[in-house]
Amino acid sequence: MRTASPPDDVAPVSRESRTVGVRAGDRAFKGFAAGAGITVLVIMGAIGAFLVWKSIPSLQANSANFFTSTDWFPEDKPPTFGIAALLFGTAITASIAMLLAVPVGIGIALFIAFYAPRPVAAALAFVTDLLAAVPSIIFGLWGLAVLMPNMEGTARWLDEYLGWIPLFQNDLNIYTKSLFIAGVVLAIMVLPTVSAVSREVFVQVPREHIEGALALGATRWEMVRMAVFPFARPGMISAAMLGLGRALGETIAVALILSAAFTINWHITEPGGNSFAANIALKWNEAGPIGLSALIASGLVLFVITLAVNMVARWIVARRAEFSGAN
Amino acid sequence: MSVTTPEPTRSTGQGSLGSTLNGRRLPRWAPLASAAVALVLAVGVTQVGSIVGLAWPVLWAIFFLVVQTGWSFSTEGRRHAVDRLATTLIYGCVILAVAPLLSVLFSVVSRGAATVLTDFPSFLTETMRNVSPRKPGGGVAQAIVGTLEQVTIAALVAMPLSILAAVYLVEYGRGRLAKTVSFFIDVMTGVPSIVAGLFIYTFWVLTAGFERSGFAASLALVILMIPVVVRTTEEMLKIVPNDLREAAYALGIPKWKTILRIVIPTALSGIITGVMLAVARVSGETAPLLLTVVLSQSMNWNPFAGPQAALPTFVWDQVSSGTDASINRAWGGALVLIILVVIFYTAARLLARLFAPQAH
Repeated sequence: MRTASPPDDVAPVSRESRTVGVRAGDRAFKGFAAGAGITVLVIMGAIGAFLVWKSIPSLQANSANFFTSTDWFPEDKPPTFGIAALLFGTAITASIAMLLAVPVGIGIALFIAFYAPRPVAAALAFVTDLLAAVPSIIFGLWGLAVLMPNMEGTARWLDEYLGWIPLFQNDLNIYTKSLFIAGVVLAIMVLPTVSAVSREVFVQVPREHIEGALALGATRWEMVRMAVFPFARPGMISAAMLGLGRALGETIAVALILSAAFTINWHITEPGGNSFAANIALKWNEAGPIGLSALIASGLVLFVITLAVNMVARWIVARRAEFSGAN
Repeated sequence: MSVTTPEPTRSTGQGSLGSTLNGRRLPRWAPLASAAVALVLAVGVTQVGSIVGLAWPVLWAIFFLVVQTGWSFSTEGRRHAVDRLATTLIYGCVILAVAPLLSVLFSVVSRGAATVLTDFPSFLTETMRNVSPRKPGGGVAQAIVGTLEQVTIAALVAMPLSILAAVYLVEYGRGRLAKTVSFFIDVMTGVPSIVAGLFIYTFWVLTAGFERSGFAASLALVILMIPVVVRTTEEMLKIVPNDLREAAYALGIPKWKTILRIVIPTALSGIITGVMLAVARVSGETAPLLLTVVLSQSMNWNPFAGPQAALPTFVWDQVSSGTDASINRAWGGALVLIILVVIFYTAARLLARLFAPQAH
């Protein structure tokens, strides 16, 4: 072996002198690229760090319990504010949005993947993408001016015939500007997210499973239930969670529709209610230093919640990707 | 059912296969017939006396489900009845999704056009300077300029960073760091836009001490653009054929030069498409702008100083004023905004189609 090395001895000299220049360029470029990747991590970290840092002044001055108080008087001396009402409104609107958007979104995805003829499927996929491109301010305007007057009847019907359920009871006989309507608008807004993600998973279902089910005499629905759903369940769950993430953080449509109130009111068809994002947008311009800090604190809670929801959703997808790779 | 079938040899043990291949099925016109029967029932019931106050289209849908499923159950059996029910519900979902979109587009176009066309072209060329909220008139020129400047700056900042990050993930990314970056880019897509605005406010205004400006708004939009551009760029870099890279390496070209001169130019049209799609998405963002820039009623060409308007915040402001004239202006602004988004969107699609890389 060693005797064979002399000819190699010549080459390394020239090779090394060339590769040093090349390696320096490569190393620098790789450094740049990795730096850009790390910048993304830094931004995500900085969002959390800055929000924590700037919310400390108000949290220290706060004389009420931040998590359980429904007051919002950060400018008082001493300041009293809490996120309970915001958390309640956000949770209710997001739940309504999920209840409506998840089944419908999955239905559309099923239609596009398995029911529609190809040109119709392509057109409908385009339409749902278009729905995703409509700015939220336009949904808010539409919800306020077009949907709200048309939903009044539905809310009144719920009160009249299902009013024995406390949720639908309406003592004021005013059916506008409610959490219920905000939830319906949110449902329309998160629909494209839910349907796009579940469509992606449905398309990945192995053809053999589908054709096998049909060959055994399954009806189309039985095929969907027995071949598609078991395979796509994690994907559908993460689709719902990604939609939930969008619904939780949506600001403008909710801010336009609700008549903001800091109460916990289980009668969801009555006017009132609030959400994290809407409250920040509405209170921002009138807030003093402590008020801003209090709003930042509420934004931090929203950030943590959406971060958790999105991370769980992505984690489920990533786990499934590994699983399907082994398939 | 087996009693009425003509073949006496058919045993019940044949089960589902037999009933699919030669069992009795509903005729092709069954859905139409059920719909007709349901319509008659629905109209009849609403005429005679309203059943718990439901509107007739809702009743029609319910009766249709009942009639068709019942008919199918009695002729085809349970499995086919369930299948028909599921199919009907899935078609119903499509109607439920398409209806609001049509309604949104129709109301924006019809109400917006009424405003834009009555004051044409002054609605597009004038500003809101010295225009009372109660009086008609004024325009969106300052908002169009603001939106275009803010999204252009955002795109210019986001593009190099995102493309480099995507290059890292596709060309270099192995191991823990790359996985973490990839994961957090996905998570970043879920950052609410108002949180992006909050972050830029705490960082740019509270900490760095700059004033609120169009540029601060651009920075907030950058945070929303990065994940979109990184993901599309990644997809584009992945479809650049490996033959091209290997050919370059075989010629002795170093990796960084291969990426800069061969890989990125090949994927450039796709990358630009991704950027345009991201621009279309963020140009409608309202929440971060409310926090990071003060709304201006008059023209401000300078994105680095002073208040500046944008189309989404213009609409927000006009809706908040709440007078008839200002609501009309809001619809006009909404129409201009949608047209702008459609222009960005179409430009992205056209670029993709014109310069699509030859993947094989």
